[in-house]
Amino acid sequence: MKKPLPPHLRQLEAESIFIMREVVAEFERPVMLYSIGKDSSVMLHIAQKAFFPSKPPFPLLHVDTTWKFREMITFRDEAAQRVGMELLVHINQDGVRRGISPFASGSSVHTQVMKTEGLRQALDHWKFDAAFGGARRDEEKSRAKERVFSHRSASHAWDPRNQRPELWHLYNTRIRPGESMRVFPLSNWTELDVWDYIEAEEIPVVPLYFAKERPVVDRQGALIMVDDDRMPLAPGETPRMEKVRFRTLGCYPLTGAVRSEAGNLSEIIAEMRASHTSEREGRLIDHDESGSMEKKKREGYF
Amino acid sequence: MAEAVTQLVSTTQTKIQTQDTPERLSRPTLRFLTCGSVDDGKSTLIGRLLYDQSLIFDDQLAALERDSKKHGTDGANIDFALLVDGLEAEREQGITIDVAYRYFTTPRRSFIVADTPGHEQYTRNMVTGASNADLAILLIDARKGLLTQTCRHATIVSLMGIRKIVLAVNKIDLVDFDEARFNEIVAAFMAFAAPLGFAHIQPIPLSARHGDNMSVPSTRMPWYQGPSLITYLEEVDVELDRSTEPFRMPVQWVNRPHLDFRGFSGTLASGSIKVGDGVTVAASGRASTIARIVTADGDQESAEAGQSVTLTLADEVDIARGDILCTPKDRPEVSDQFAAKLIWMSDDKLLPGRSYLLKSASRSVPVTVTELKYRLDVNTFSELAAKTLGLNEVGYCHLATTTPLAFDPYASNHTTGAFILIDRASNATVAAGLIAHGLRRATHIHRQGLAVGKADRARIKHQKPAVLWFTGLSGSGKSTIANLVESRLYAHNVHTILLDGDNIRHGLNKDLGFAEVDRVENIRRIGEVAKLMTEAGLIVLCSFISPFRADRDLARSLVDDGEFIEIFVDTPIEDCIARDPKGLYKKAIAGEIKNFTGIDQPYESPLTPELVLGKESAQQAAAKVIAKLIEGGFIDEIDNPDDWSI
Repeated sequence: MKKPLPPHLRQLEAESIFIMREVVAEFERPVMLYSIGKDSSVMLHIAQKAFFPSKPPFPLLHVDTTWKFREMITFRDEAAQRVGMELLVHINQDGVRRGISPFASGSSVHTQVMKTEGLRQALDHWKFDAAFGGARRDEEKSRAKERVFSHRSASHAWDPRNQRPELWHLYNTRIRPGESMRVFPLSNWTELDVWDYIEAEEIPVVPLYFAKERPVVDRQGALIMVDDDRMPLAPGETPRMEKVRFRTLGCYPLTGAVRSEAGNLSEIIAEMRASHTSEREGRLIDHDESGSMEKKKREGYF
Repeated sequence: MAEAVTQLVSTTQTKIQTQDTPERLSRPTLRFLTCGSVDDGKSTLIGRLLYDQSLIFDDQLAALERDSKKHGTDGANIDFALLVDGLEAEREQGITIDVAYRYFTTPRRSFIVADTPGHEQYTRNMVTGASNADLAILLIDARKGLLTQTCRHATIVSLMGIRKIVLAVNKIDLVDFDEARFNEIVAAFMAFAAPLGFAHIQPIPLSARHGDNMSVPSTRMPWYQGPSLITYLEEVDVELDRSTEPFRMPVQWVNRPHLDFRGFSGTLASGSIKVGDGVTVAASGRASTIARIVTADGDQESAEAGQSVTLTLADEVDIARGDILCTPKDRPEVSDQFAAKLIWMSDDKLLPGRSYLLKSASRSVPVTVTELKYRLDVNTFSELAAKTLGLNEVGYCHLATTTPLAFDPYASNHTTGAFILIDRASNATVAAGLIAHGLRRATHIHRQGLAVGKADRARIKHQKPAVLWFTGLSGSGKSTIANLVESRLYAHNVHTILLDGDNIRHGLNKDLGFAEVDRVENIRRIGEVAKLMTEAGLIVLCSFISPFRADRDLARSLVDDGEFIEIFVDTPIEDCIARDPKGLYKKAIAGEIKNFTGIDQPYESPLTPELVLGKESAQQAAAKVIAKLIEGGFIDEIDNPDDWSI
């Protein structure tokens, strides 16, 4: 048998299980947003525990921007197979037709169309009334005030000035027809907790988190991995092999790698403790201005 | 600024050497709340805690530098407060208007900080932050000493059941690290807080801006021998050992993967259990023993407070979400009436008599405040007479639920003793509640099984009882239609009664006016009368403007499922004004009548009425109502449906 979890991880796990059960008990059509990253891996793992011996009574949904790392897609399909849950994949076909891409359209239009609009389309199409997301409050300033149960209007908008107070663990789950709830079971986890938990519970994660020789180019100071031949290269530019890893995963052209030697979990944890930058630093979409995450969220971004 | 960055980096590196001790993994997380007046330096204190623990990353620090230049109040220095004030509007106003949660880890412990605002109008946010905190840091500005706000915060913290507080006497540098001043403030606070019953108060003199007594003992206050703030927080023991309290587990979800497994999933609120222990369902009193404690990591022999598990029982017992499993030796109270403190959180005032939804543990039931005993002045503890509660006000009241609720006093169990109230129309969370005690044991008032029942009375009338609730604006035609329906039913030997303004307002409700509170009570009484009439087996026609959704929902909740037929007479207000059969609109528009629905008081349209009328003639409308009764099996088919002569 595995070692018992340390007390603070046990608390966090029990709280996340409570939140997931509350959603299943109170909503008609929940879904789990599965974004393939480490937080999604933890969320998926806890879902198996929360409903055992039943399978989690909801499907997984991945909003595919078509620009994810290839290893992510492989991992996604294997993960869904492993847990035996239904995996729904949605691609904003309208965006594909319009030729939206991070290169042609810029990061903010790409994110808006392929992620935010894609997500709204998927939620509307399957009429989900609650969607789990793996966001944590420690990720970014505006997330610190996000509720665990975050109410969205029928048009998926978030109103930060009119949030329901959240007391004890008494979550107000009431919504009107057409409205929905975004639910964040990992709200109280930190990046360190996530890695400690992955290590303790031996949870599989995408190999991109571990350092390896990978082909990269330098873009505005960020190391971008050339994951396929859609990446436009400047004349004379050739990708060079560097030992890198990723702290967060998203669309490959928008996700900066960090030079690293950390090839396993304990090395990652040690490296992270020594780190001077937050994990979102590698996300090109956050840099525009400090309030940019809040703006995206009001429009329906996760 | 460049120096600050270098300094941060160098302290970071020295810290990492000692970071990897396993101690961090051996203590439970400490959840604490910070509170204090507007300028006491609360956000600065949290910013400093994060900064000293090297939790400000370089990219966040760069953003902070940018923001400090734009909004900062500390000249060229880093304004730590900007690090923790999250949303854009708040940053621009310079005040925190919500609860922000912050996370940091020292080599010895993990922390979750609820940062809440100080203004009086944000009591609700403080209550929210306090609801999940084990400890509170109360900030005082050493120059200003005890303020009204300090006292209010201490009162709220104590009200919410937090037992340990740190009295952080901040800005001690600005009073020249004066020991006498510190002692004076501590003495004043101790005198004030004595009746609040805190288990422990730890006073610490500090300067959040300069870091004195934050992480390490300050060399500038040799007279202070106590712990630094961080040391205290790392070592404080807040585990009120919930595992030794009586066992309680609210059932959150019934786990039925297949026919051979029926488990009850939930998180233990208190106590501990082991396989073979007896358990009782609090509300029904049914008993069984624990067969298995199931988790994904294998069955357990035992479980204790805080764990999320799935239990199976030795016997087939009827258990659903919302039931509380408890130890048979020490059971929660079960009652449909209880006394509680309410902290009001909505701009819409509390209306005694209105039906709200109460959520407690995993249970939701309709509830009304039957009596508001008093409002508590949180600055002075005095009890004031009150008819209602407004935003951020605290009151003590009696509540009645439609079905008995199992609960413990909040003082003995924060899970089974806490509740929220939800507005049934807007779905907003309007209040937090702390149960004091039950008002009578529901087991003592089990209603007598009457020899002659509702169904018996209805059977000899050859009908099923129903409430036909006509709602709509004044002059919409409600009463005209209701009268036609009743005449028609009478002609076919259906037993009815018509309740309207004429027979209710002039008698039973003649003590009520037209203010919002009175209107709520008016409809509540009518709902109760209608209920009695259905008990008599009658078809009850109610014709009232009844402008508020919540009140109609209350009337609906009083009778059995399917018995309430809400009929919305949806005549446009222009038509009502044009008809104006009693000349009331004319007077209301002239300002001679106050609180007139549609003019200066809102009408909330039904969201899902059983029937909508208004476009057809009164006779056609009445025919639709009759058809609805036939369709629902309340009355038999009527011959000659088009014959309107009596």
